[in-house]
Amino acid sequence: MNRNHALLSNKTLTAQACATKLRTEKVNLYYGSFQALRNITLDIHACAITAIIGPSGCGKSSLLRLFNRMNDLIPGARVEGNVELDGILIYSPGIDVVELRKKVGMVFQKPNPFPMSVFENVAFGPRRHGMSNRAELEEIVEKSLRHAALWDEVKDKLEQSGLALSGGQQQRLCIARVLAVEPEVILMDEPCSALDPLATLKIEDLMRNLAQEYTIIIVTHNMQQAARVSEMAAFMMMEEDRAGVLVEYGPTSELFTNPKDKRTEDYITGRFG
Amino acid sequence: MEIRTTFHKKLREMQDEVLVMGSMVEKTLMSSVKALKERDLDLAHQIISDDLKVNQKRFEIEERCVELIATQQPMASDLRIIIAILNITTEIERIGDYAVGIARITIMIGDEPPLKPLIDIPRMAEQTVDMLRRSLDSFINRDAESARKIATEDDLVDHLYDQVFRELLVFMAEDPKTITRATRLMWTAHNLERAADRVTNICERVVFIVTGKMEEIGASKY
Repeated sequence: MNRNHALLSNKTLTAQACATKLRTEKVNLYYGSFQALRNITLDIHACAITAIIGPSGCGKSSLLRLFNRMNDLIPGARVEGNVELDGILIYSPGIDVVELRKKVGMVFQKPNPFPMSVFENVAFGPRRHGMSNRAELEEIVEKSLRHAALWDEVKDKLEQSGLALSGGQQQRLCIARVLAVEPEVILMDEPCSALDPLATLKIEDLMRNLAQEYTIIIVTHNMQQAARVSEMAAFMMMEEDRAGVLVEYGPTSELFTNPKDKRTEDYITGRFG
Repeated sequence: MEIRTTFHKKLREMQDEVLVMGSMVEKTLMSSVKALKERDLDLAHQIISDDLKVNQKRFEIEERCVELIATQQPMASDLRIIIAILNITTEIERIGDYAVGIARITIMIGDEPPLKPLIDIPRMAEQTVDMLRRSLDSFINRDAESARKIATEDDLVDHLYDQVFRELLVFMAEDPKTITRATRLMWTAHNLERAADRVTNICERVVFIVTGKMEEIGASKY
């Protein structure tokens, strides 16, 4: 039997079968005169989890924020090159940024529920987008909380403050809040770094379930987490002028067992930091 | 800048232990053929009891591998080294078992008159032990090129095995009374042929460490 093949998991094969959801092409990002990202070209697969790893300051979060134009909020931010969602250039003039951020939701490092009830936290987005029918709202709140694997824990305390939940529950509430506006892509910036190990595993499990319907991109410092949850992984580094570059991008199963670039190898085996 | 110094020190120590285990088995394999040649039954018994130490060493190394995987979450080449060590120690341990097999045959033969002077069987042992030693060098040096070359030398052992087989066949055909003794020598040669095949497997693991690819090199004709 010919065993002449690289390590490939089923996860990887599924990812390869999927179409491109997001694409960056030769992207440079500047904050004023400082270049934060240099020449980033990559395709993000639909219905898969892509992890972005790399040392602090290498531009992981900047890259993530490109996809829903969160960098626009930073004064002096400027983007060169193409960023596409489903083939549409999201930095072109006619783009409705509110509509874009509805399609491309974001979950942050620290759970940040609004100071309102669990119900209102989830209903917030749909209300903002014009939904006012109570029955419809109830339906979407339940559906989103179920999707975020939180419903069973909060169904009897929907009117309690979101801030009264545990850290892990608060993060799942934030995920439910994103799901409520029916996004296509979910960006996660260190979503578990403020959580305990059990809550972390719950979120990871949730991510695996969500990946069947949503495209997920996660920035994480935790390489084991990237290895556990993602199908594709991108490794970034800083160049001498501190601009972030993409060093290697490929199936997670290959990147963590047999990286092609020496710098990736050195980073993930802890031979440099 | 090396960051995980403790982990990488442990990893290096484990590779040293693999070398220790390898040299234990090199010695027993050579001794097993010596015991056969010289009808040294004490040595044969010694080989059988010493095999426990080899098995013990293998378990020790395995436990360390499990501990490193569980506690250090090794990645990339570190992970491949640990996985390869698990396989390599299994192969070395089996080579030790073939030496035990030869020792048992020696005890079985006891003081029966020799069928013929042993020429090719000691050669098979020397070639196999030489391959084993160099395969472990290639493991330490991460030398896939050497590993591939060593694996192809299995053909030399196969060739000697053919020679032993043909020669013994002639004995058996000419005088059926030699069949029992000739068969025992066949078993011995077979143990050595298998041992060399195990070295080939070690070479494949070295290639895996270096390239990340699992490839079969020069499948044995047996």
